[in-house]
Amino acid sequence: MKGSTVFFKNSPAVIAAAAVGGKMEGEGPMAACFDKINEDPYFSCETFEQGESKMLKEAVLHTLSKASLTPENIDVMFGGDLLDQCVGTTYGIRDLDIPFLGIYGACSTVTEGALLASLFVDGGYARRALAVTSSHFCAAERQYRFPLEYGGQRTPTSQYTATAAGGLVVSAERLPPYIRAATVGRIVDMGVKDAANMGAAMAPAAYASIKQFLEDTELAPDFFDAIVTGDLGKVGSRLLCELFDRDGVDIRSLHRDCGTMLYSFGEQDVHAGASGAGCAASMLCGYFVPKLRCGEFRNILFAATGALLSPTVSAQGESIPAISHALWLSFEPGTAPDIRFTRKEQV
Amino acid sequence: MSFFYAFVIGGGLCAIGQLLIDKTSLTPAKILVSYVTAGVLLGAAGLYAPIKDLGGAGATVPLTGFGNAIAEGVFEAVDREGFIGIFSGGLGSCAAGITAAMVFSFIAGVFGRSRQKA
Repeated sequence: MKGSTVFFKNSPAVIAAAAVGGKMEGEGPMAACFDKINEDPYFSCETFEQGESKMLKEAVLHTLSKASLTPENIDVMFGGDLLDQCVGTTYGIRDLDIPFLGIYGACSTVTEGALLASLFVDGGYARRALAVTSSHFCAAERQYRFPLEYGGQRTPTSQYTATAAGGLVVSAERLPPYIRAATVGRIVDMGVKDAANMGAAMAPAAYASIKQFLEDTELAPDFFDAIVTGDLGKVGSRLLCELFDRDGVDIRSLHRDCGTMLYSFGEQDVHAGASGAGCAASMLCGYFVPKLRCGEFRNILFAATGALLSPTVSAQGESIPAISHALWLSFEPGTAPDIRFTRKEQV
Repeated sequence: MSFFYAFVIGGGLCAIGQLLIDKTSLTPAKILVSYVTAGVLLGAAGLYAPIKDLGGAGATVPLTGFGNAIAEGVFEAVDREGFIGIFSGGLGSCAAGITAAMVFSFIAGVFGRSRQKA
């Protein structure tokens, strides 16, 4: 580890990834990235929460089937979601019989899970590790804001929680993309208190982690085909670019934000964009991993972002701490020393 | 003309609420409570009666009208029952509205299922 960045010795591979989404996601521009779209917000269950669990389980099963694996082939699974006590995950996977470690990183959970899965595989402690996360608009509204029945108005800076789940399997096998390095994020709290403006709260965390990654790896931003953030939305994305402007770095042409990709601003009433753990997860698993696998992207830096608030402390007037973990996904495997070599070659 | 004033007064109250949602970080619940409280204070100060006379349902249907009904109820109950009316009048005057809300919520809860609006 150098700075806050882990350099993986054996470049663990993401051998399978799958995404499941809801109706809004199926109507958006990224519909083709989903392995399954379910138009029913209940997913044929009694409650939205049960629906989220079922969606997450479907994401796990799709991920496994894409790699022709069964639950017995997975040595450890990392998962979490946005509901109290992470029940979306635990109830979804309770009958899969896979060794499980629950994690919570809010909307950054997918990178946290992929990072831990990579560590287990790279260290030789697991042959295959799975990471999964989900979010569900209707369940998240009840969890963070108001139940849908309340009919509350949404503000212009608010983001629309994606109804989506994403899962990926990390393995020692050789199949691109490879996870070559990862920066463990630090909690950043700039004092934003408006829970309807999480993009602004999370942008400084994304900035800190991306900057830390670039410093630790000595890579230039344009080494990457894309620098991707999780769910900053319109407001947070603008802030992130402005933060980099202060360092004299213009990342606008490289920056992609899953929160601004998932929906169509013209046709869908989503205000500042998408959010939720499922937003970054489904875009990573359904869009970026396939594009890296076929070589369309050679290297991306993926920094999902999480707002670590709870409705209780938010109502008590607390500000919003945020976190972002950054992953370097690459078409080619490689170890730490080649990083500088590759970079110099490129320059 | 009464429709016009009802529209202007009712629409004006809603426009203030929309501005509070868009321009401040107040949550809908806080705006709701402040509207009711504002109605109580305006009613207690006797300032809501002229708005109500002019706007009719445009002034009574929004939440400020609910607050005003509480204030008016307290005045009436104090005239009728004295001191104890301070405590009994407020909810007494809006009992019909509160009970209707509970009854219709129950009916909606039994027969309806919440959906995501898209």
